[in-house]
Amino acid sequence: MKRVRARLRRTPIGLGIVLCFFVLGLVGPWIAPYDPLMIDLLHEYEPPSWTHLLGTGDNGIDILSALLHGARLAAIVGVVVVGVSVVFGTLLGTWAGYAGRLTDHVITGIADLVQAFPAIVLNIAILALVARPGLMHLIVALAVNGWVLYARLARAETLTLREREFVEAARALGVPTRQILRRHVVPNLLGPLVIQATTGLGVVILAESTLSFLGLGPGKAVSWGALLDQGTSVLLRFPHVALFSGGAIAVTVLGFNLTGDWLRDRLDPLLR
Amino acid sequence: MVRMMSPGLLRYLVGRLLRALLTVVGLVTIVFLLVRLIPGDPVEAILGDQAGPEEKAELRRALDLDRPVAQQYLSFLGDMADGSMGTSFRRPDRSVWSMMRDVLPHTIVLAIAALLVAWLVAIPLGTIAAAKAGRGWDKIASTVAVAGLAIPNIWLGPLLILAFGVKLRWLPLPGDDLAGPEALILPALTIGTAFAAVLTRQTRAAMIEVLAQQYITAARARGVPSVPLLLRHALRNALLPVMTIGAAQLGALLSGTIVTEKIFERPGLGTLFLDAFFARDIPVVQGCVLIIAVIYVVVNLIVDLAYGVVDPRVRLS
Repeated sequence: MKRVRARLRRTPIGLGIVLCFFVLGLVGPWIAPYDPLMIDLLHEYEPPSWTHLLGTGDNGIDILSALLHGARLAAIVGVVVVGVSVVFGTLLGTWAGYAGRLTDHVITGIADLVQAFPAIVLNIAILALVARPGLMHLIVALAVNGWVLYARLARAETLTLREREFVEAARALGVPTRQILRRHVVPNLLGPLVIQATTGLGVVILAESTLSFLGLGPGKAVSWGALLDQGTSVLLRFPHVALFSGGAIAVTVLGFNLTGDWLRDRLDPLLR
Repeated sequence: MVRMMSPGLLRYLVGRLLRALLTVVGLVTIVFLLVRLIPGDPVEAILGDQAGPEEKAELRRALDLDRPVAQQYLSFLGDMADGSMGTSFRRPDRSVWSMMRDVLPHTIVLAIAALLVAWLVAIPLGTIAAAKAGRGWDKIASTVAVAGLAIPNIWLGPLLILAFGVKLRWLPLPGDDLAGPEALILPALTIGTAFAAVLTRQTRAAMIEVLAQQYITAARARGVPSVPLLLRHALRNALLPVMTIGAAQLGALLSGTIVTEKIFERPGLGTLFLDAFFARDIPVVQGCVLIIAVIYVVVNLIVDLAYGVVDPRVRLS
């Protein structure tokens, strides 16, 4: 098991997938051969052909174009949610870890409560509170439980950093707390946070797909999950729709997982 | 029974129970606050601007929003405590709990089936992988684990339907008659695969740790044959940590049922939850969120308690 995993980690296939994903997310909508919302009822659910490389789906939309547009949505949601979660999580976690006592208890208590809900259940509950969930709502719903992981990580690291000699020295020299945190604590958190955020991107992209699959995605936007949902409803007659859209999700998530593992090996010298 | 318990164990059990109770109160409060924390008028936000005044008034009444917050909270707590968990917005004649009670068995059966699949795959596979670490079986196990974790269940479900329902025609398709237990196999596999992957890794890691201990070497030296050695001496001790991790994965298991019930068109808590979502039946949404979270807390509690009874070291932490 270790050897296979080690080999997978050494070859950065994951990194290749991740780079492809971001490039397609950036330029996808410009290179897409068709408008993904274009209705063409004469060519509904056609298998792959030269005119439609990945075939057509519901209302005759071009699947390749829909996937390219969906990559952008997934990339935006992933980057924004992880970005917001990392910032809030790091702030709260460092604060809890450094201040200790009541602050620590309150922040850890909230984190525990948020984690007592399975993530997707809490997301659905939040989205149920708006009439027509849009992109913003989706991002907020995903960030509500996204920050917890980073807060826990930042808190745990801060607890050990706080007792380290260089931090103690800074304290003894009378350096203000805020500056200690900014100069000495947070920079040392970056490595673990980057590793966690990489895997976290895969988690968020999967969560966005799952919510869209359940029909809770942002309104008109083209999403991989929504495409997979359409594909599943015609699965028995036209399996290509579900195969391609689900494949895009699976490969992307795998890419982020492999990259996270690979980064862990590179950035964490203790594991080498 | 109580007399047999040491004071340390009793203190551990009571403390753990109190913490679980506190968590449940916290969960109820969060679910209560969710609706109240929406900026602006929650009724407007939930129903959209198309809704008529009657519809809005009805929701306002259902959510108790026309009274002071403290009173709202007390009556919400009352609804939770008396077991009704409020009244459905769509079906005023039904309590939320009675609606959930009708579908809960389907979800529980599915979750247990998924657990069984995971355990049946993971424990033998993890044990063999640990016994033959670094060799063929170990590689097969690791491939299964990596693949199982990588495939999202929203894709695995359709793939399984295509393979076993459409191509091979071994198992029923979604929407077919649900009477037979064979209709459970594909949904259980859909949820259980990722679970099996995690458990395989854990079982393997725990087994390798146990197999390196001296009592195993001693047993081997005494001439205990390798199969009883693995099963009776090693696996029994390795399973404890695996059990706890199994409980921690329960959240994933419950989320998995929501997705899987949709893919396989099965009735259950997830289907009720999604239907309530689309109908903006907020009391039912709240009830489903809460029941899922409480199941999660209670199962973790049971595992912790069992663990505390079996392993005295846990009580000290």
